[in-house]
Amino acid sequence: MTTTTLAVLVPLLPFLGAAAGLLLGRTAPGFVRPLAVLPVLATLGLAVLTAVRQGGGGTIEAATRLTPTGSVPIDLALRLDGFAAATAVLVALVACCVQIYSTGYLRDDPRYPSYAALVSLFTSAMLLVVYSGDLMVLLVGWEIMGICSYFLVGHYWETPEARAASLKAFLVTKLGDVPFLIGLFVLAADAGTFRIGGVLGAVAAGSVQHPTLAALLLLAGVAGKSAQFPLHTWLPDAMAGPTPVSALIHAATMVAAGIYFVARLLPLFAASAAALTVLAVLAALTMVGSALAALAQDDIKRVLAWSTIGQLGYMSGALAVGDRGAAVFHLLAHGAFKALLFLAAGAVIHAAGTNSLAAMSRMSGLARRVPDAYWTMTIALLALAAIPPFAGFFSKEAVLVAAEHTALGDRTVAPAGAGWIVLVAGLLTALLTAAYALRLWLLAFRGRGTEAPDHGRQPVAMSGVLWVLAVPSLALGLTAGRLDDWFDGNPLLPTVTTAVLGTGLAVAGAAVLYGAWAHTRARAAHPPIGAVAAHPAAEPAVSEAEAIATHTPAYGDIAAAPDPADPGQLLLGPLHRHAAAGFHLDALYSVLFVRPVRGAASLVRFLDREVVETYVRGAAGSTKLLGRAVRAAQTGNVQTYLSALLAGSVVLAIAAVLVAAGA
Amino acid sequence: MHLVYPAVLAALLFCTGLYGVLARRNAILVLMSVELMLNAVNLNLVAFDVWLRDTLHAGQALTLFTIAIAAAEIGIGLAIVLMVHRNRGTSDIDALRDTAESVADPAGDDTGHDGEHGGHDEHDDVYDAEYDEDSSDPDTHPGPAAGEKAEATA
Amino acid sequence: MTLAAPGFLSPTGVEIAFLLVGLVTFGAAVLTVTTRQLVHAALWLVVALGGLAVEYLLLTAEFIAWVQVLIYVGSVVVLLLFGLMLTRAPIGRSPDADSGNRPVALAVAVVATGALLWVVVDAFRTAWIDLEGPARGTTAVSGESLFRHWVLPFEALSVLLLAALVGAIVLSRRNAPDEPDATDMPNAPDAPEGARPVGPDGRGGASRRGAGGAGGATEVK
Repeated sequence: MTTTTLAVLVPLLPFLGAAAGLLLGRTAPGFVRPLAVLPVLATLGLAVLTAVRQGGGGTIEAATRLTPTGSVPIDLALRLDGFAAATAVLVALVACCVQIYSTGYLRDDPRYPSYAALVSLFTSAMLLVVYSGDLMVLLVGWEIMGICSYFLVGHYWETPEARAASLKAFLVTKLGDVPFLIGLFVLAADAGTFRIGGVLGAVAAGSVQHPTLAALLLLAGVAGKSAQFPLHTWLPDAMAGPTPVSALIHAATMVAAGIYFVARLLPLFAASAAALTVLAVLAALTMVGSALAALAQDDIKRVLAWSTIGQLGYMSGALAVGDRGAAVFHLLAHGAFKALLFLAAGAVIHAAGTNSLAAMSRMSGLARRVPDAYWTMTIALLALAAIPPFAGFFSKEAVLVAAEHTALGDRTVAPAGAGWIVLVAGLLTALLTAAYALRLWLLAFRGRGTEAPDHGRQPVAMSGVLWVLAVPSLALGLTAGRLDDWFDGNPLLPTVTTAVLGTGLAVAGAAVLYGAWAHTRARAAHPPIGAVAAHPAAEPAVSEAEAIATHTPAYGDIAAAPDPADPGQLLLGPLHRHAAAGFHLDALYSVLFVRPVRGAASLVRFLDREVVETYVRGAAGSTKLLGRAVRAAQTGNVQTYLSALLAGSVVLAIAAVLVAAGA
Repeated sequence: MHLVYPAVLAALLFCTGLYGVLARRNAILVLMSVELMLNAVNLNLVAFDVWLRDTLHAGQALTLFTIAIAAAEIGIGLAIVLMVHRNRGTSDIDALRDTAESVADPAGDDTGHDGEHGGHDEHDDVYDAEYDEDSSDPDTHPGPAAGEKAEATA
Repeated sequence: MTLAAPGFLSPTGVEIAFLLVGLVTFGAAVLTVTTRQLVHAALWLVVALGGLAVEYLLLTAEFIAWVQVLIYVGSVVVLLLFGLMLTRAPIGRSPDADSGNRPVALAVAVVATGALLWVVVDAFRTAWIDLEGPARGTTAVSGESLFRHWVLPFEALSVLLLAALVGAIVLSRRNAPDEPDATDMPNAPDAPEGARPVGPDGRGGASRRGAGGAGGATEVK
């Protein structure tokens, strides 16, 4: 088989698996699990094979045109380069782990068949985005991911949180997709093709007339999909979905699609300094803000969600300084350790019976209950905090190095200002990241109080997957020296300055937080606050759904908990309340958009009910009045009728005679 | 003889009959007026037959047919008028307004009558609706409505 | 046919007679439709129809004239008079002989008259009927044409007359005696006051009583 055929099979297999799963889900429940896992496993093998064949060499392009579609043709095109090959391997790996994990996590769920099929479909769409060489075909995968995300976030649609979250995720990402589509059209109109290769060629030739306009429009879609400020608000709420979904969609893959898209079209963005500067500012705001918000969250998954937004900010920052190699490198590393974090968090939630860190901090022995989750989560948190030699250290250093080079003028792809912004924000975020990662770890695994309930051992399907993902979290960084060949060739290895600076700041942040924790720990002696809903016998997903549903009644908020023992609360001080609410961006949107839309809707309703309806009623009423007038003529008197008839005849006859006489 | 004389006479007679048909109240007088109109046509037929010297005598033959048909018509018409008079107690044309569109809601009227009279067939209901007002003061409009009421009372 | 027409100012004798009889006929017709006495209307109709018969004679349509006298004056008017009697038409002046439609009727009639006269006079101003030569409407001529050229319509007409006869009988027939009509109830003396089906003038009941007899007099459903 040629490399092209292999690459075609990669997105096709999960798609067929999804179709078969949806068709057979009801009639043959025994086939559902194999249909969910096997195609994705095969895809992983094929993706690895494709990556090996491609080998970081030259770009492979293949295209077929099914039918002419007007002025700008649309091709079924593949574009395989090092980025695509590496990203596809990551997507397939995470999807594989998630499918296997889900067989244990959702083992008794009545909607598991459709869930598994949607995950497969989502995987297929993401792989399509990764491999596609045509922007329109890419858009198809892009939108399929959006709708799959909507369905999967709303998996627990019995709870109002899940319903609201799925709708919000859908609407916010669509809000970004509209300018994205327009941006694609602008780009295609300038370049005369939807092919990525053609577009990049046009950019190199300088024939793209409006690079800034196209880049900014595309950035809106990227911000929606990759949860960048100001369209990031859907991601923390999307944690209302099942944990594997969070791991797959909202950590490792879908949110990375935007980053990946920019990476593919980076020359276009690099052609516009304004677009890069905007991207840098957005990335900086996203990084710092989300790190602060993560420090204030009580829901363990929300901590991870905000941290995802922050890490995506790093990737955006790398793109803003024009180094897509660093961005995709961080994407790979982050995808691995964040998926691991989410999956481990699912196990922890199941074991603890709650998703609240405040409740976990009053529970002792949680680490002993779930040793696999404990150890793998420790690894992943170290990677997140960018402690050497874990994967996160190398990828984050790559970003910081690129930013530093840009700031100091060693790289001229992006303006120096963008480099400074990214560098300062990145270093600040490194400090905060280490702090919230340590807070999460301390509160979850170093709690004191009643013994955590014993659920027995986790299924192998769940714990085994954690260790599989722990390997890249540990070791991916060590490939940094070889991986740059796959990408643009920029060196990905850390330099001494940034390594010392970044790691020092991370250690400082961790130390400060540890001090705060030691200070506040005494207050955790109080009895546990909030509810713990443990279901040792039921599938893990039940615990999670109940934990999400009971968080608001127990703590008064979906995100935060008024816990005096929380070191984050001590450190943030008055900022804690705002950070927990995501700096009230949702409230701002509510004022800026939701209320005007509702007002406009009620205005339209008024216009429809009172104005338009009046015309309708008037039409009916006047007809009725006319009918009444005509009814009045129906006297029943034959002579009247006859008189009218004959008078009419006479008039007609006279008229006819006059016409005949030529008068 | 000038053709104008019979033609004008025929036109005058026809219009006189027309006036009678439209203006007379009694149905039998209306029938008389119809006869006048028919005769005006007959006069025209005869006059034109003579004027045209038709070898088939079509005008005169048609006149004869018209006269026969008029006789039949007057017989049937009188029979109808008699029956109407027998049923309604009147032969005034402008009193026969069963087809009039009642401005009030007819549905409400009908239900009221069903409750009042019990089982009648549909024709009777319509008929009663028309004569409802009349039966309330039987002095002005004699008619079988009174009879219906009597039947119900008895 | 259309010969050189003599002027209107030197009428022939036939014309003078036609005019005079025509005036009488028209006057009688107008009285027929305007008189307030119903029986007088029938009598004026006799005059008008008779005048028309004379006009037929003057137009040499001899057979038609006698048929006119026989059928119209002899039977139709008699039938009408019977109809008036059977519907208890009031003898003497009845103030409501004309309906409220009268002004409209007058307007329509006047306009129609104007239009017709205008057209007829305009069209036949110069037409002249030659009454010389063999009579065109004798019984022999008419009969010959009727039974030679028009025999089939004639027979069809007899069927029509038969149908009209049957229809008139059916329409004016009373209900079978074993199912007495509800409206056939006479004003029996022992019936309650409200049960009288007659109006205050007694017309309705009287006509029914004439044929229905006293058979169902006390029959109360």
